[in-house]
Amino acid sequence: MRALARQLLFPLIAVIAAFVLGGILILLIGDNPIVAYRLLIGSALSWPDGIGYTLFHATPLIFTGLAVLVGFRCGLFNIGAEGQLYIAAFATAWVGITFANLSPWLLVPMCCAAAILMGAFWAAIPGVLKAKFGSHEVINTIMLNFIAVALVSYFTQYHYKIPGDPILQTAPIGYGAHIARLGKFIPGLPQRIPLNLAFILALLCCLLVYLFLWRTKWGYEIRSTGSNPSAAEYGGISIRKQIILAMAVSGALAGMVGINDVMGYHYRYYDGFSDQYGFTGIAVALLGRNHPVGVILAALLFAVLQHGGIYVDGFSEHVTKDIVQVLQGIIILFVAAEAFFQYVTGKFGLKYAKL
Amino acid sequence: MLELRNISKRFGQVLANDNVNIIVKPGTIHAIVGENGAGKSTAMRIAYGFYTPDSGEIVVDGQVREIRSPHDAIALGIGMVHQHFMLVEPMTVAENIVLGSEPGTAVALDLKTAAQEIRKLSEEFKLAVNPNAVIEHLSVGQQQRVELLKALFRHARLLILDEPTAVLTPLEVEEFFTILRRMREQGKTVIIITHKLSEVLAISDEVTVMRDGKVVGRVQTKETNAAELARMMVGREVLLRVEKPEPKVGEPELVVSNLTMTKRDGSKPINEVSFQVRKGEIVGIAGVEGNGQTELIEALAGLVEPNQLSGEINFEGQNITRAGARSRRELSIAHIPEDRHRRGLLLDFTLAENSILGVHYRPPIAAGVGGVFLDDSAIHQRVTEIINNFDVRPPNEKLAAKSLSGGNQQKLIIGREFHVEPKLLLVSQPTRGVDIGAIEFIHRKLVGLRDSGCAVLLVSAELEEVTSLADRLLVIHQGKIVGEVDPKVATLEEIGLLMTRGH
Repeated sequence: MRALARQLLFPLIAVIAAFVLGGILILLIGDNPIVAYRLLIGSALSWPDGIGYTLFHATPLIFTGLAVLVGFRCGLFNIGAEGQLYIAAFATAWVGITFANLSPWLLVPMCCAAAILMGAFWAAIPGVLKAKFGSHEVINTIMLNFIAVALVSYFTQYHYKIPGDPILQTAPIGYGAHIARLGKFIPGLPQRIPLNLAFILALLCCLLVYLFLWRTKWGYEIRSTGSNPSAAEYGGISIRKQIILAMAVSGALAGMVGINDVMGYHYRYYDGFSDQYGFTGIAVALLGRNHPVGVILAALLFAVLQHGGIYVDGFSEHVTKDIVQVLQGIIILFVAAEAFFQYVTGKFGLKYAKL
Repeated sequence: MLELRNISKRFGQVLANDNVNIIVKPGTIHAIVGENGAGKSTAMRIAYGFYTPDSGEIVVDGQVREIRSPHDAIALGIGMVHQHFMLVEPMTVAENIVLGSEPGTAVALDLKTAAQEIRKLSEEFKLAVNPNAVIEHLSVGQQQRVELLKALFRHARLLILDEPTAVLTPLEVEEFFTILRRMREQGKTVIIITHKLSEVLAISDEVTVMRDGKVVGRVQTKETNAAELARMMVGREVLLRVEKPEPKVGEPELVVSNLTMTKRDGSKPINEVSFQVRKGEIVGIAGVEGNGQTELIEALAGLVEPNQLSGEINFEGQNITRAGARSRRELSIAHIPEDRHRRGLLLDFTLAENSILGVHYRPPIAAGVGGVFLDDSAIHQRVTEIINNFDVRPPNEKLAAKSLSGGNQQKLIIGREFHVEPKLLLVSQPTRGVDIGAIEFIHRKLVGLRDSGCAVLLVSAELEEVTSLADRLLVIHQGKIVGEVDPKVATLEEIGLLMTRGH
């Protein structure tokens, strides 16, 4: 219990501090922070639209948060979730378009597999580069982001767009590739809200990631590598394999964002659909303490901010939805400060606590 | 000169100093001994102003003084040299020494006069330190002398040295003691914190023994001996000598022939090494640290890239030169690494998680569908056995390994490696930074393993440890085995010469 409280302490401080500082900012702008916050949170938690959209926004953040988490646990910083999810989403759409006439029983698994495998593949590239040549994954994942975005835009524009369509998007995927919106199962939740089965998949992935990392021998090897590569090597664990494996799993998770967007929302590849999900995933993982449960909580918080921000924009006088960016920024700053704080106390605390 | 009266200091739950009284007479070398965590360093940090005591007083030269910071301590003539040097590596000796009390005007730094004074001090105490040398080019022993100079430069009359010999080679220790004696002749007072009894007896005039935060004894060095000091430190009788029966030697288990390791930069830390280790014997490797011992053990454990190796490593007749760490473990080769924090432990992981490192991927630990899932009850059983057999304290498998003391961390590692019932044990510095009580325990376990027929290869920087444990002793010098001696017959001087000269 105490350990849990300690785990929650810093993220809570970060969130509270962000809201306090944000409140001061709103005061300075000339609005009432209480009113603004009530608008922000109230609208995000209203039924059914608020909650529906908030959970919909949380879905990709859970996936990318998990992706970053798996990397972190292996000592890797996957900044490439953004590129991985674009490539994966496009692959999903490609399968959905190319095999449009197949039955859902075939097409849904095929599309999901495309998202997962393509994400894993795109992330495994920097993994292999690191394992074989020691080149840093941060540089390579960033580079691959640019390549991924440019590549899918190119294919959309020149090969898969319906001629004459002014929007940069592919042709629609076959009906067999659609996955149900949750409104179909939940009374009172209209089906126009794009919250779909991918959200359930995201929750399932949290459980699977937990089981994978903490309950299997593979997870043990990944975490050992992240905790102390020298000791892992000593224990007969191949660090190279763990790096490639962790990157591939990370990319597979990022790739599942494609399932949410292509199969559950746009029903096509829509260029630029990602609202920086890959990068926000880093903050989600950090705030969530690199734990699947933490990732769910952090993703929900960021989704509340994102969705509530739209209402703040519309209904308050001076404050725009940019306040959300400010809040997110402050939270990240505090979470990063904690890492620094721990580094400092870890380094000097040990020394001076020696009796 | 210095007196601590009824000093108490509490850190959270731990009473680090409990009514501590220490009297240090001027012009003497005073040793403070005790196991790790006995409160020696805390008491001295209080004297140096790093910590303020919860109660009690500090008396300097007969007057009660308040020492609130190291600055106050320095003003009273107290200097301290820490176990980990606090030197700026790319800067010169003189620059380091004046750091914090820069001479000259507000803007101009007067290093010349400082350098002169440093040279004078260095000559007075025969420290042989060049003020213009750059720190990173100096040996560890020289760096330590720079630390001494730093204190002397600030007119310290009392020097507190925290575990000063931990980083020194046996030869450097001798030189260092000569310096300390010279300082005593010049009227300085020295406090030396240590847990090595041989050093206490060699250098000190008086000894204060601490245990569990309390002073448990105060004796004249002349009137005591190692056994008595050890008993006071540990609180019970301690066997300082290793008692072992004659070895029952069997077939060769490990045969190394012409093993050479060539690093990418062309250097050869191991050079044409050949030897064998037979069942039921402990083969010791003695050498000054950095002469290839580390690389040799890592090469045998499968932790060196095979393409850096030439020659052959044979285990039970099988060539394992290119085998990885995992396949060697599967052959029942166990390894207790020299650096438990870097190699031996996952410090953030629990004891339970640490106890399965190396066997985590196979039954009974990994079980269930396809042998993928970690089996909690198997892990629990394993860690409980290790904790019980090796007396790991506190016996809580859910604790993180980093929260254990060094000795208990080491017992955990040894317990883990023993648990696989190895045929060959590679063991490096098994008792480094470990308390006397635990050292005795570890030595007995190693001898027991040998008597059960395991082949043991032991590397230790403690010459006494290798000579008392080993049945045969190989001496390594610059990557080559330069001789084999019978540890029962050879004198420490003989071995020491082989270690340093190589012939």
